[in-house]
Amino acid sequence: MAKVLVVTSGKGGVGKTTSTAALGAALAQSGESVVVIDFDVGLRNLDLVMGAERRVVFDLINVVQGVAKLQQALIRDKRLENLWLLPASQTRDKDALTDEGVGRIIAELRTKFDWVLCDSPAGIERGAMLAMRYADEAVIITNPEVSSVRDSDRIIGMLDSKTVKAEQGERVTKHVLITRYDPARAARGEMLSIDDILEILATPLLGIIPESQDVLRASNVGSPVTLNNAASAPARAYVDAARRLMGETVDMIVPSERRGLMNRLLGRRAA
Amino acid sequence: MHVTAGATRQLVRMRGRSYVAFVFTPEIPIVGWLAEIDATLARSPGFFVGKPVVLDLSALDLSRAAITHLVNNLEERNIRVLGIEGVDADQLTTSMPPLLTGGRSCVITRTETAEKPEAKPKPNSLLLESPVRSGQSIVFTDGDVTVLGSVGSGAEIVAGGSIHVYGTLRGRAMAGVNGNSSARIYCQKIEAELLAIDGYYQTAEEIDASLRNRPAQAWLQGATMKITPLN
Repeated sequence: MAKVLVVTSGKGGVGKTTSTAALGAALAQSGESVVVIDFDVGLRNLDLVMGAERRVVFDLINVVQGVAKLQQALIRDKRLENLWLLPASQTRDKDALTDEGVGRIIAELRTKFDWVLCDSPAGIERGAMLAMRYADEAVIITNPEVSSVRDSDRIIGMLDSKTVKAEQGERVTKHVLITRYDPARAARGEMLSIDDILEILATPLLGIIPESQDVLRASNVGSPVTLNNAASAPARAYVDAARRLMGETVDMIVPSERRGLMNRLLGRRAA
Repeated sequence: MHVTAGATRQLVRMRGRSYVAFVFTPEIPIVGWLAEIDATLARSPGFFVGKPVVLDLSALDLSRAAITHLVNNLEERNIRVLGIEGVDADQLTTSMPPLLTGGRSCVITRTETAEKPEAKPKPNSLLLESPVRSGQSIVFTDGDVTVLGSVGSGAEIVAGGSIHVYGTLRGRAMAGVNGNSSARIYCQKIEAELLAIDGYYQTAEEIDASLRNRPAQAWLQGATMKITPLN
């Protein structure tokens, strides 16, 4: 049974696209067939993070408008054969998306894949609404700071009222994924604590992704962080989160960077 | 004698009064017409209960037996015929409803229909079992609002009565909006952006910092809002 999962946040720059790519790749690595859809029409990025930007021919809007068939627009990942991308259009804007068109595409993808991951644009306008519209599950990306948490709260309210599931009286299964978490700064009280975030959002935690240079490094080379350096702290955190999405019970730990002896010595000297 | 007799004489007073009656105009075949009546009754049972019904038979040429049969059929369906119109007087027996003449058609107003079973008293409280999220606005001017969860920053609750929050109140709460100055606001943890009762308000800045994160209530004392810890 296919699952449609929206990765959303309300606020921009918290890591929706990075998380979509990383979770999609992690799910695909464990044998699931996955398609990631970029809903950020006009400001697409998922193709870059997936390293597929030079192979885009047709896009989501072409399929919505019936110019191209779904098969023509889907791009297969070069590293994982069961990972696919449906890119957004860069030349159009969100008004080109229609409710019926998106519904038709999602319904068609449901028959072909185990997971349909929708990368939502920031904001609460048309693009974000249509990205969450047909979702069964939602991953709400939150940074440990107040503005991000409040925006996430707003998005959770919309998931509970504006989705097809909500309108049918059912519920979208929601998970909070905390990204850019810095344990050292949190310990010094410079960030909201995990407990505070979960208390405000009253939603189960899917995982905690530590702040890391590996994330930026991976997106610069066009690779999901889980594929680029599987041993890195954020990659391990994303893999754990993906396993939880598949229903496994995984202990909630914040993976930390493995430091070499030299680093540790330097770190101590600096402190 | 003459005088007494005059005083005891009873006068029978006659008054005229007009009523609105349903007029049935049966059509041939009668069996088919009765089936339509049955369909109407199936949709809304008791539609004709307590309403006067008149049979207009001017379009038909029915025998005395047929009229009796029709009236009986209607009575089986709990439709009592008040009178019959459009037949010759000699066609009716004394056991049949009387002959009516001179009716005028009018519009049936359905103000006195008996279909008011949903006249339940309006609920005077609203219970919300899930958290109120940022951006949501709950407006309930008929009474109290109870939230079994938190009220997020940027959410607002507007109530005609009191507001009870069994969680953290981080948003805005406006109680007693219809001029109910005895309304109060209660919460498990106060981190509100704004509290208002009957138009008197305090913003987060004015709320005493020592109250933060504690159970508290707000009420009006004259024209000042008081916020005190609970227990």
